Amino acid sequence: MSRLKKLYESTILDHNKNPRNFRVISPCSNSSHGKNPLCGDDYFVFLDIKEGIIEDISFHGSGCAISMSSGSLMTTHLKGKTVDYAYQNKDVFLKMVSKDMTSEEKKILGKLSVFEGVKDYPVRVKCAALVWRALEDALGKNKGEISTE
Amino acid sequence: MLTVDEIRKDFPILSRKINGKQYAYLDNTTTTHKPLSVIKTMTDFLKKENSSVNRGVYYLSQKATARCEETREKVQRFINAKREEEVVFTKGTTEAINLVATSFGSTLKKGDEVIITEMEHHANIVPWQQVCLSQGAIFKVIPFSDSGMLDQEAFDRLLSHKTKIVAITHCSNVLGTINSIKKMVEKAHKYGAKVLIDGAQAIQHLPIDVQDLDCDFYCFSGHKLYGPTGIGILYGKYELLSMMPPYQTGGDMIDIVTFEKTTFKETPYKFEAGTSAIVEIIGLGATIDYLENIGYETITLLEVPLLEYAMSELKQIEGISIYGSAAKRAGIISFNIDGVHAHDAGTIFDDEGVALRVGHHCAQPIMTHFGIPATIRASIGFYNTKEEIDKFIIGVKKIKEFFK
Repeated sequence: MSRLKKLYESTILDHNKNPRNFRVISPCSNSSHGKNPLCGDDYFVFLDIKEGIIEDISFHGSGCAISMSSGSLMTTHLKGKTVDYAYQNKDVFLKMVSKDMTSEEKKILGKLSVFEGVKDYPVRVKCAALVWRALEDALGKNKGEISTE
Repeated sequence: MLTVDEIRKDFPILSRKINGKQYAYLDNTTTTHKPLSVIKTMTDFLKKENSSVNRGVYYLSQKATARCEETREKVQRFINAKREEEVVFTKGTTEAINLVATSFGSTLKKGDEVIITEMEHHANIVPWQQVCLSQGAIFKVIPFSDSGMLDQEAFDRLLSHKTKIVAITHCSNVLGTINSIKKMVEKAHKYGAKVLIDGAQAIQHLPIDVQDLDCDFYCFSGHKLYGPTGIGILYGKYELLSMMPPYQTGGDMIDIVTFEKTTFKETPYKFEAGTSAIVEIIGLGATIDYLENIGYETITLLEVPLLEYAMSELKQIEGISIYGSAAKRAGIISFNIDGVHAHDAGTIFDDEGVALRVGHHCAQPIMTHFGIPATIRASIGFYNTKEEIDKFIIGVKKIKEFFK
């Protein structure tokens, strides 16, 4: 069970059961719709950005425990931070779920490093990455739709 | 009767360990494992007899040609087709359906109607939807009830003289339902409509007699029948295949080619453009030999008690939703565990050494029907054991505990 326990770390199970920032922001400045057609994960990411600061961020939708907790922890992590910070974290997060990280990178991600166990499960990488891809899309253009498959 | 222990010796992969645990394979709807005799026939051909077909005047090429034709004959006997020319080699069920949708579908006119069912997998939906779009034909769907039964009254209402083709799955790959094909063929024929049966799932569980069913087309894949991938069969009534235009053109399917004009061979060759999947065709021949030796009677006697056992054990666990409860069904169980996403369950089953499928099973409209994104699906083959079902049930209980 140890590899599995690492994947479903207790923080992940908690954020899956009680997702934070699980709501719609309307109106919002930026948003995107992310889908994994193969498994049916389906989320919207909403942002309210003022002068380069993410004043509010939320997500809504349905999917597996990994994608749900990823949305919850991502939004918790980025609230009140700058757009540049969000981009930087997105890059490090996406690296973490498929490759080894440096200790410096680990520091940047803080609590988000609970998703490190995902890299042992290649088929689940897209679950963890989905909301981050949607975030990237939302930051790049005001509204959009992405698929990670 | 052969015992399951004897049968399992024919499938070396079944004794594998995964994650240090004995491997329980319950994904037989996706693909089945291959017996040693099939593996040996295919490797022996590659080692000793490899050559192309229908073109060489040398010994091995003639032998390869004869062996492929031998498989055609075996398939004819296996599904009780009237003549060999009614058996066309394809890549699989999907290509067989596309062949009919494209070739027979080219005769559809504006306003003609095509009927499928709500319980089809994508391979028996999309080709028809596309041909309706290109021909201006109307696409209609027979709904199913929550218990997984087709609405026969709706079918009666949808049928008319405008109906040109009805495409139905023999056995649902999600709900396990075995449809009353014979009755539905009879109804469709009253209106002059042709009927295509998608047999991808049925043929591993039931003996098929195309003359008794009186269907116009029947499609299946080798790899869901304990045979190789890359080979499938389209059965079509001779009169229909004869009048249908070729699907793909090129080598092997032609008679005479000039820059002014090309003439084509007769069925089945006019539908087999390019070099065939020779090794796989020969492998399919060995598969049929293997299955005929076991016999469908034995297959049923081995599979049915396992299905009943799995269902009764699963029903005893609280918080399980099972999709499909038709009386006549194959060993396919789709379900969800309350509060757990199917993909999370799949990862834990994998960790337990239980291989099964999670997702929409290439049948998104069935997911839409139940308002769910995905299901967990366990599917039983004749080589499965009671111990493997127990492992599966333990897995379900562990998942419940893990996500409680």
